[in-house]
Amino acid sequence: MRAALLIQRWYRQYVARLEMRRRCTWNIFQSIEYAGEQDQIKLYNFFGYLMDHFTPASSERNLISHIFREHDIGRDVEWESYKSIEVPELYSGPHLSFPMTFSNAAELVEAFKNKQLLVESWRRLRILPNISQISTCHSKEITICGDLHGHLEDLLLVFYKNGLPSSERPYVFNGDYVDRGKDSLEILLILFSFLLVYPNDVHLNRGNHEDHIVNLRYGFTKEVLGKYKLHGKKILKLLQKIFSWLPLATVIDHKVLVLHGGISDTTDLHLLSRVDRHKYVSALRPPKSKKQMRSGLIGSDLEDNDPTYEFVGSSRRRVRSLTHTTYTVTRHEAPRRSLQVQTTRVTYSVEEELKKRRRQAGLSQSYRDLHNSTMNSDLDSDPDSGGELLDSNEDEWKQIVDLLWSDPMPQDGCIPNDVRGGGCYWGPNVTEEVLRRHNLTLLIRSHECKQEGYEFCHNRKVLTIFSASNYYEVGSNRGAYIRMGPDLVPHFIQYQANRSTRELTLRQSVGQTERSALKALREKLFAHKSELVSAFQVYDPEHKGRISLGNWASAMEAVLKLGLPWRMLRSQLVGETVDGMLDYQLWFRELSITEHKTELSNANLLETMYKNHSNLETIFRIIDTDNSGLISLEEFRQTWKLLSTHLQTDISDKAISDLAVSIDFNKDGSIDINEFMEAFRLVGGDLLQHEDDVH
Amino acid sequence: MAEDKDSAEAIVSEVHRKISEAFDVFDHEFNKTVDVREIGTIIRSLGCFPSEGELHDIIAEIEEEEPTGYICFEKFLPTMTTVLMERRFRPIPEDLLLQAFEVLDQQKKGHLEPEELTKYLTQEGEPFTPEEMEEMMSAALDPDRNVIFYKDFVSMMSVDNHR
Repeated sequence: MRAALLIQRWYRQYVARLEMRRRCTWNIFQSIEYAGEQDQIKLYNFFGYLMDHFTPASSERNLISHIFREHDIGRDVEWESYKSIEVPELYSGPHLSFPMTFSNAAELVEAFKNKQLLVESWRRLRILPNISQISTCHSKEITICGDLHGHLEDLLLVFYKNGLPSSERPYVFNGDYVDRGKDSLEILLILFSFLLVYPNDVHLNRGNHEDHIVNLRYGFTKEVLGKYKLHGKKILKLLQKIFSWLPLATVIDHKVLVLHGGISDTTDLHLLSRVDRHKYVSALRPPKSKKQMRSGLIGSDLEDNDPTYEFVGSSRRRVRSLTHTTYTVTRHEAPRRSLQVQTTRVTYSVEEELKKRRRQAGLSQSYRDLHNSTMNSDLDSDPDSGGELLDSNEDEWKQIVDLLWSDPMPQDGCIPNDVRGGGCYWGPNVTEEVLRRHNLTLLIRSHECKQEGYEFCHNRKVLTIFSASNYYEVGSNRGAYIRMGPDLVPHFIQYQANRSTRELTLRQSVGQTERSALKALREKLFAHKSELVSAFQVYDPEHKGRISLGNWASAMEAVLKLGLPWRMLRSQLVGETVDGMLDYQLWFRELSITEHKTELSNANLLETMYKNHSNLETIFRIIDTDNSGLISLEEFRQTWKLLSTHLQTDISDKAISDLAVSIDFNKDGSIDINEFMEAFRLVGGDLLQHEDDVH
Repeated sequence: MAEDKDSAEAIVSEVHRKISEAFDVFDHEFNKTVDVREIGTIIRSLGCFPSEGELHDIIAEIEEEEPTGYICFEKFLPTMTTVLMERRFRPIPEDLLLQAFEVLDQQKKGHLEPEELTKYLTQEGEPFTPEEMEEMMSAALDPDRNVIFYKDFVSMMSVDNHR
């Protein structure tokens, strides 16, 4: 019947369009997320460089040197200091006694009392081996959860569906408990409690976010300081220690390997089981060493000569990695990587210097750069002599970074993971080899968000499990967990934490997620406005103010390098076009409606701020050594100087002073970090019916 | 005349880039192949409205001699370029769509019962799968009155498609 046919044809087209939109939205979130991680590592590497090259007297160095010094918390005095903390009488939560009982743990799910719990957890964790060996048996199926990222509602949902941990119901949690979500602390405390009650049945693996450097950027530090205004700093220090003691991996029945990120071609579980894992307080920071800078690297041949690398380098996803020009040398040394970024930035002598030194040292990778630069800094600043370091420490460090940061790729081989900035991409042949070498049958890992909460790859030898639903946005993805019995066959249970999302139609849930992704993308566009305008003008030599949509798409990709399908996204980002030509100035005006609490005359400064607000916040938090949330005017100025060096842009002292003056100081000459960051939220045009008082 | 040639080439290369972008979204292994089951989505997201039968014809054209389950970009590009340049599988105008619904609404009620619509769409034409039917129903059904006001439904969906 023709009518039916027509309707079916029409509807199928609609669904296809929706599917395309959904995938594009997903790509947007992922590319922005990974670019953020890359940024963080770049920033950290930059500080490493500063440590290496600034004279000890420099005030900038002092600002940040403390993050490279390991805080020694070994002394009993500090540990026991929690006893002197007065519990206010107002406190009505549970009071715990040790050893813990189940009822204590259950109460804890409702309310929290921290420090003692943390210390006890530390005591428990430090006696665990690096790689836990556990076994199934007929009565015990093991439950395995992936990333939680502060999503308490997902953990509670898992407990609701699956039951609380117990000796009959063992759990493995695969890292990334903190950052991004708002209840990271609650999750940690729940997990630690159950660890203490059922030490043989609850297993916690370390993730790349169990790392204080990463926490500075991704929200956990902020959360702790916000929830514990008085003792937050101490808690963070304790947690730093605890994170370093989290086991690295779990093996089930000698056959199934569970770890957070992944593997590389050099992964050696025997080596890993012997390392002193607690030396690696942050995986981004190499271990202490007294050796001089070395030339010649372990395993560098692989990366340079790997024939698959060039192909991968030119594919969509990897294109992003080639933005990583500043602190690595490979880009310059390998002419065949022709997708070289055209940087329009002013080259400062700082960068030249850096490149020269690195070329001399023959370094070729970002985290190796970091390693070598911080090595020297520790020479002068570290009173605690750790003794002579062997080559093996570098190997160890690489093993751990690979374990926590790597991602699988479809092609054979093993190459550096430049998108994230740490670890590698490993291929199916590496999986085969590593599994065979260790007599294993399956690798379960997390680290990457998956639409359905889980995903197989590498001929079903690698399984990704991700337990934070609605990770990017409400409705973006489901979470899942695994149940596995003695047959070692994984069974999946999926869920989505927000009740209302389940009732949304496909159309509505795609729409919601899409709006959020587009908002994030618009912020990026706005932040790169001047670069984009320059790129557009290349296609508009007569300055008519208009370019074709095809040229628009090319320019967008050239500047932003997010690997996104711009032509697909065009209709969502661009409004009216006349004869297929876009008036780009008008477009920017429509795009960049902002609501800010400060009057900024300097538009370039505003743009720089938007572009770098994550970096800015991270730097602030590093500088704010007493974790008070406040920094002084002088520190503020120094932050800007640091940032401008990192970005190689010129921000004049006058501009910074003007900015400082225009901010409302309500705390005698100091700036409240949170207030400051709030001032720069970008508000889209269609949300402008704000009645709120702006100032 | 040279200008015309240039602009014609420019148009074609722009079309190529559009097709390539859409293809890449589904190229999960970054090796310029997509699962044959996603071809329909790709073609439709480029603005075409083929029927299932027409889709199968296209796939038959671009598949390998011995079907592998994957379609490679080299074969997809020329065929898809022709499809777009010839403007095949044109969109369905809103009024025509409305008429189709009205034909189903034999009693001219202005709405359709869920059972009616389900029967037509899962038995006639190129039948919907149960999943497809369920998805459409959840979007089309008015929860209060438990019927499908097809005029509103069509308008709502058309707004989406305009973007």
